[in-house]
Amino acid sequence: MIVEPYVKNYLSEHYGDDAYRTLAGYEAAGGFAGLKKAVALAPEQVTEMVKASGLRGRGGAGFATGLKWSFMPKTSERTKVIVVNGDESEPGSFKDRLIMERGPLEVLEGILIGAWAMGAQRTFIYVRGEYRESIRALESAVKELYARKLLGKNILGKKGFEHDVVVHSGAGAYICGEETGLLESLEGKKGQPRKKPPFPAQHGAFGLPTTVNNIETFAHVPFILERGVEWFKGRGTDKSPGTTLFGVSGHVERPGLFELPLGTPLREVLGHAGGVRGGRRLKGVMPGGMSMPILPPTELEVPMAEEFLSQKGTHLGTGGVMVMDETVCMVRVATVVAYFFRDESCGQCTQCREGTAWVHKLCQKIEQGRGSAEDLALLDNVPSLMEGQTICAFADAAAWPIQGLLRHFRDDFEAHLREKKCPFPESFEL
Amino acid sequence: MTPATRAKIEALFDRYPQKRGALLPAIYLLQEEKGFIDGDGARELAKLFELEPVEVWEVLSFYNMFYTEPQGRHHVYVCTNLPCSLRGARTLLAGLEAHLGVHGAGTTRDGRVTIGHEECLGSCGTAPMMRVDGQYHENLDLAAARRIVDELE
Ligand SMILES: Cc1cc2nc3c(=O)[nH]c(=O)nc-3n(C[C@H](O)[C@H](O)[C@H](O)COP(=O)(O)O)c2cc1C
Ligand code: SF4
Ligand code: FES
Repeated sequence: MIVEPYVKNYLSEHYGDDAYRTLAGYEAAGGFAGLKKAVALAPEQVTEMVKASGLRGRGGAGFATGLKWSFMPKTSERTKVIVVNGDESEPGSFKDRLIMERGPLEVLEGILIGAWAMGAQRTFIYVRGEYRESIRALESAVKELYARKLLGKNILGKKGFEHDVVVHSGAGAYICGEETGLLESLEGKKGQPRKKPPFPAQHGAFGLPTTVNNIETFAHVPFILERGVEWFKGRGTDKSPGTTLFGVSGHVERPGLFELPLGTPLREVLGHAGGVRGGRRLKGVMPGGMSMPILPPTELEVPMAEEFLSQKGTHLGTGGVMVMDETVCMVRVATVVAYFFRDESCGQCTQCREGTAWVHKLCQKIEQGRGSAEDLALLDNVPSLMEGQTICAFADAAAWPIQGLLRHFRDDFEAHLREKKCPFPESFEL
Repeated sequence: MTPATRAKIEALFDRYPQKRGALLPAIYLLQEEKGFIDGDGARELAKLFELEPVEVWEVLSFYNMFYTEPQGRHHVYVCTNLPCSLRGARTLLAGLEAHLGVHGAGTTRDGRVTIGHEECLGSCGTAPMMRVDGQYHENLDLAAARRIVDELE
């Protein structure tokens, strides 16, 4: 059971309508107008449009999509590949699932526009294995597209425009969301991230030139083509145009998804979610999935876009907003965070493998009231040794939230040392 | 491996530029047939994919959704990541474990249910939640979760 967003905008306008998942329903709602406009343009013009729109990737890093597309080789000697990242495993994130289940054809139209622009012949949509409904929705849409010759050869009657799509199921490993871990996994291997360079545009899936984009990123593309660059830039901020589906979870009255322009103030996002549950006071908010540092309640005016959040020492990430009320023990939060990263480290890099294990052990010890001042000092130190030293950004993602918790909620840690137990009797259970 | 499973696996090879791309889907198919994959299963897959058995084994043990040991007839996984924990997932999991008489992750004596916890499953807006035999159950409380588990054969 997945609910529609409580606040809709262009992406999710029709998500309440079952027919929108079928080709007939999607076309009735204006679908494929974007692709038709794209194929009337030269491929480079389409990439230029996406560049000019300012669309930034919605997978967490916020990279400029048009620029990424322009890295693909222009020659056509080798098969070019699009890989769509539907691994969505960042704790607190549940938007791609909604898009795949309720708007699979938006993603597929975006892929076809990308295929035209980049001259790509094949797409692999990598969906986390647990998302059975998403896989079903995508597969059924793909089948319809083949039947209507919107996939296969001579798409829309354009000679030489051919494209094939395979929906591929992951098998339960967070690290397969990292794009080169994903490529390894797609090739039938352990999902251990690759050293870069070479980058995917040169050596990606099965050694072929590859562009990896997030599910939501592709879903925005048809709207940019159909409605134009100026229209797209008319929502969101200068540097982060468009909307996103903010996923609000935790201690709010009405958790769920809210499609809002990027740059919407955090206070307004929380307002849409009904505010903190039971009239309690807010203690902290993780604004972009579990990898991003927490914000204290004094930062509610921050516009939810990367250029503003980075000034506050955090990031937009996936737009997964996790809300914690006054009952919450932040050492418990740190313990949950640390457990996750310890469990999911792929183990290739010593700093990451050992660092995540240490951080978890220290958090656990302090949470149980057995911690010392030395333990806390070590906890201050270990994350900084993990950052920027490893094959992939997972180790940074593991270090940042711990550093954020120590920065803003040091009192919680010190209270555990002093009282030799957890001083938050009403906090959520561990 | 039955000839039917083998045929299904072979039909996947063409979907990938290299045969090995079909390994994860193939493991799912064999697992569907056998419930879990032991050394023999790994060897059969290795032969089909022209790999060393250890290469298949490495893949099997890397991913949470592949099983290398016998499982209960049903799988119950409660998500215990932060958004679910904030909304009572740990209490729910403990309650279910007590109800089933399993302490910590494990399988009931009669082999009916294997229970455990999982990391974020993308249902944080409808927390707490659990995955039962692959199917999501959301917005749960203990009573509702017990009812679902009790209905498993
Ligand atoms: C540890 C880790 C996990 C990631 N998980 C995901 C994920 O689940 N989904 C996703 O789209 N991107 C994820 N990313 C980001 C991808 O590596 C990549 O940047 C993204 O898919 C590119 O798409 P975009 O440019 O459209 O955002 C992850 C990155 C890291 C370092
Ligand atoms: S940083 Fe961690 S997850 Fe990334 S490659 Fe190294 S060990 Fe693996
Ligand atoms: S934390 Fe449980 S589904 Fe996300």
